[in-house]
Amino acid sequence: MIIDLQKFITEEKHSWKELEAVLDALENDPERRMDLEHAKRFHYLYQRTSADLAKIATFASDPETHRYLESLVGRAYGEVHETRDTPHRFAPLRWLRETFPRTFRRHIRAFLLSLAITLAGIAFGGASVGLDPDAKEVLLPFPHLQGSPSERVAAEEKATRDRLKGVKMTGAAWYMTHNTKVSIFTMALGVTWGVGTVIMLFYNGVILGAVALDYVRAGQSTFLLAWLSPHGVIEIPALLLAGQTGLALAAALIGRGSRQSLRMRLREVSGDLVILGAGVALMLVWAGFIEAFISQYHEPVLPYSFKIGFSLVELFLLVLYLGVSGANETKALQRKDGHERRRRG
Amino acid sequence: MRDADAADPANGDRATQREKTGTLLIRTPEGIVFSLLLAGPVTRFLAWGIDFACIVAASGVAGAALGLAGVISPDFSRALTVLAYFFISIGYGIAAEWYWRGQTIGKRILRLRVMDAQGLRLQPSQVVIRNLMRFVDTLPALYAVGGIACLVGRRSQRLGDIAANTIVVRNPKVADPDLEQLLAGKYNSLREYPHLAGRLRQRVTPREAGIAVQALLRRDELDPDARVELFREVAAHFRSLVEFPEEAVHGVADEQFVRNVVDIALSAKPGGKQAVSKS
Repeated sequence: MIIDLQKFITEEKHSWKELEAVLDALENDPERRMDLEHAKRFHYLYQRTSADLAKIATFASDPETHRYLESLVGRAYGEVHETRDTPHRFAPLRWLRETFPRTFRRHIRAFLLSLAITLAGIAFGGASVGLDPDAKEVLLPFPHLQGSPSERVAAEEKATRDRLKGVKMTGAAWYMTHNTKVSIFTMALGVTWGVGTVIMLFYNGVILGAVALDYVRAGQSTFLLAWLSPHGVIEIPALLLAGQTGLALAAALIGRGSRQSLRMRLREVSGDLVILGAGVALMLVWAGFIEAFISQYHEPVLPYSFKIGFSLVELFLLVLYLGVSGANETKALQRKDGHERRRRG
Repeated sequence: MRDADAADPANGDRATQREKTGTLLIRTPEGIVFSLLLAGPVTRFLAWGIDFACIVAASGVAGAALGLAGVISPDFSRALTVLAYFFISIGYGIAAEWYWRGQTIGKRILRLRVMDAQGLRLQPSQVVIRNLMRFVDTLPALYAVGGIACLVGRRSQRLGDIAANTIVVRNPKVADPDLEQLLAGKYNSLREYPHLAGRLRQRVTPREAGIAVQALLRRDELDPDARVELFREVAAHFRSLVEFPEEAVHGVADEQFVRNVVDIALSAKPGGKQAVSKS
């Protein structure tokens, strides 16, 4: 049986045009919200057009009309069937106080793995330079780290003029953007089932270990701490969190022990990845400022005790924040959830 | 071959595609199947080229504007420029795709759109993830990794699309269906024989009618020889289905005969005389 296509089009075209107009309005004005009556009408038009598509697919073979209706149904489908929560209005304070630290704790195993890989890299880098000092040239790609630590410390401490004068802000911006790019790269490499993330974390650890042992062997431990720790106590954890994010993505891709489909696993983890990524970016903004304005100044301009003390305070606050912040709300939510389950019996 | 499986809304598994076809079939909970045309790597690369030009232009404008801050402090001005380039290059795709529901300027021009892989609305987290994953997709240069992933994958997804559960679809400009221009106002000699016309209507399958409609709609795109040959073959096929008297088909060209068959197959006017003018 073939339907009377002309009659069919004439009768239904007004519904299609009306649906098309609603879709155009929704797509051109993303802020647009429909009231109940408009939503009901939209749903009706979607269902009517879907039925027309089914009819035309079954009883007629006009590709133009078929394609036109497919295009309408495809556009309307996403609007009608989206059941995921729409994001609430962004509340930055609540996000900082609860969402970010809670998300960090939810993926704590990925963080511990990230830490373990970095520590392995530090051990490898340190051992390499310890056993073979010439390895420094290979392991450290930065020219300013190739020289003798003692000579550098002597030069830095003798400096009488502010060598960063006029470039401090540019430096801060560069540190922020460079470290954020490295972090995004570390996170994104999670898509290689975590292999790329592991390599990045290990390599960062190797550089850190090699530099640290080089300065320790030269008897410049205090300088090293005062130089690296003011920004490092935030920057290094930020890179570990970037690794955590990449490993969380890899875990979702691998799906070991999960009965959910890949799509569902990725859908569940995607929000957490973005939260962790945003947290990393914020931490790196802070670290960038500290690196440009504090870390690069040494005695006699800034006493080492001040810089190390400042670092300890930063580290303590960071651990406190990531470890505890939002915990009460989590317990309250769990209690509420427990009550709800008991009530349902 | 295209194929669609039963929907499993609980599992979010409404989209199916078993082989690489350039098309993704989605079955709605209402049981309707529709297809989305997947964008290939070349079109996507061209869209990226346009976006890259936009990023360069926007960065240039921002750099020039922020250069004015150099009057107060050159250091401050340079820092702002570094940050502006960073935010524009990373944030452009995220902001545009979120605000325009899966489109950037390049994608709008080339009629592409990022969609959820199940055909649903994009979530902010999906937009962010697929854009940040560009860092891997662009390796080692010019989107080589992403391009290879697109070519190899069944849904033409780059790695960022896989991680974000998104696809990029083509929305070609679809013309309003309008058969009036094709059928109306023409005298149809076959309708003088309603019983034969009824038999023809019964025997022509929707697919055959669709082929005939396409041949008529695209006739001006064909070479003259190919056009004559095509309509000769199509008309011969329809003539073999029902034999009309000589006076009904005498002097009727193959193309006109096909037009008459389409008129009968797709337009269920009452048999007998028609309310059309002779032409």
